[in-house]
Amino acid sequence: MGQTMIEKIISRNIGSDSVKQGDIVTVSVDRVMLDDIMIPFIVDKFHEMGFSKIWDPNKVVLIYDHLVPSSQQDDVRHYQVGDRFAEEYGLTHVHRSDGICHQLMTEAGYVKPGDVVFGTDSHTTTYGCVGAFSTGIGYTEMAAILGTGELWIRVPETIKIVIQGELPEHVMSKDLILKIIGDLGADGATYKALEFTGSTVENMTISSRMTMANMAIEAGAKCAVFAPDEKTAHYCGVELSEWEKNLKGDEDAVYCKTLIYQAKELVPVMACPSQVDKIRQVSQLEGTVIDQVFIGSCTNGRLEDLVAAAKMLEGKKVAPFVKLIVTPASRKVYQEADACGALKVLAQAGAVITHPGCGLCCGRTGGILCDGERVVATNNRNFLGRMGTSKVEIYLASPVVAAACAAAGKIVLPS
Amino acid sequence: MERFTGKVWVLGDDIDTDIIIPTEYLALKTIEDMRQYAFSPLRPDLASQIRKGDMIVAGKNFGCGSSREQAPEVIKALGIRCIIAKSFARIFFRNSINNGLLLIEQPDLYDDMREGDEITVEVNHHITYGGSRYPIASLPENLMEILGAGGLVKAMAARNGLSIS
Repeated sequence: MGQTMIEKIISRNIGSDSVKQGDIVTVSVDRVMLDDIMIPFIVDKFHEMGFSKIWDPNKVVLIYDHLVPSSQQDDVRHYQVGDRFAEEYGLTHVHRSDGICHQLMTEAGYVKPGDVVFGTDSHTTTYGCVGAFSTGIGYTEMAAILGTGELWIRVPETIKIVIQGELPEHVMSKDLILKIIGDLGADGATYKALEFTGSTVENMTISSRMTMANMAIEAGAKCAVFAPDEKTAHYCGVELSEWEKNLKGDEDAVYCKTLIYQAKELVPVMACPSQVDKIRQVSQLEGTVIDQVFIGSCTNGRLEDLVAAAKMLEGKKVAPFVKLIVTPASRKVYQEADACGALKVLAQAGAVITHPGCGLCCGRTGGILCDGERVVATNNRNFLGRMGTSKVEIYLASPVVAAACAAAGKIVLPS
Repeated sequence: MERFTGKVWVLGDDIDTDIIIPTEYLALKTIEDMRQYAFSPLRPDLASQIRKGDMIVAGKNFGCGSSREQAPEVIKALGIRCIIAKSFARIFFRNSINNGLLLIEQPDLYDDMREGDEITVEVNHHITYGGSRYPIASLPENLMEILGAGGLVKAMAARNGLSIS
């Protein structure tokens, strides 16, 4: 009997060749990510549990992003607690203002194909873009991992998603994952893994794959995986081993469902307020007047996203009554977008370019909205109250669509 | 067998973690500081109306969204005895068990349930409401162990030779 990708990763991790869906197993953790919002809670639980040392400080990455720079006085306490913990327990991987946790985990090389990784943020599913098993957990479980290096998991069933062919012009991987979430529903993949395959994803950049793995949680998925290839090896700065080269779902593996898409049939879409699975074609929403556009986040704040937005806005101006906020996902993205001229084009079009970080996505800083306002945003969630009051309408879209809307002052198809 | 009766608050499908506790309150110092804001985007008055021993009955995908463990913690701090929903999101499910908050999946009760009514829960067996019995499944053994220890902190403390009251 063949294995799915996730069964192969877990099998290797626990040293068994007979892992199957539904088994409850204890995995050894290769890497963990702790974020700034959760750090005080993690530290408290760690101490309450009676641990006096971290199982392997080198495997721990602490990242300040949601609260950087501070927007409330108490945010500073989170850095202080984190810094003290890092010093006391010998953590060396601490990022204080380098960008969003999920961007940094892959960009800075903390995650490799086949790794088992947990993070205290639900979008930890992102690292499946390089063929890792990664998922979000709460702070109590993180504290337990810091002490033990282990966690119990249930081996998930897998939904196989095959996408073939070339994406049409102005259709990005964001449109693809939104379409898939719409088809699966917000709970359609709960407790399951998504395995993406087919020529469309093979031809995608790691950044585009990251967008899709990032949003798997919006269908309830435990994780999402892409088979590692030469692009993965290059991105991670490694040479693929024989095992990694074969890290893909077997032909005779058991999948609970298979979805097949033809890329040429896809069109630009949006997730409408206030559910990520409420997907409509942009063409059906054209003319809806907007107040703000946000291009950023761990979903779509990378170089290719900013470049795509800049191309759309070259020689144009943001509509006078619209605020366009651009938030690069990391310092590296910021510097690269600056070097290639994308930031200049965006600034000339009238964008407000902010510091790298989570920014508006988590509703803490950088463009909070008020009752009756409408925003087109490239991030991953449009929940009630996420970017301000509960009467704000959030439409999720690709960077190309978002940029086109910023220039038009209303929802439009890119042209 | 554990058995308890309580008043029910009814919530809908896809009650996400931003509804349960919005991000703007996540950096407050304690769960006690946060609990007054529970469910505020959806029902601003709810947190002040909930009494110890009350229960929540909801539709599908309860707790979807972020990994914030403050979500089950504020619900527990409000005194909610257990949540009964058609289904739960994965991280919320684990976080609740780890905090000793009982979650029960039941496919039919939500469709029949009227807010303010009382139900009786017999853990791992069934729920009684309006003269009808709604069967419920048993939780896996490893989860009952964590619940039995009073949550993951206590389970880990016991492993480290500490006892927490």
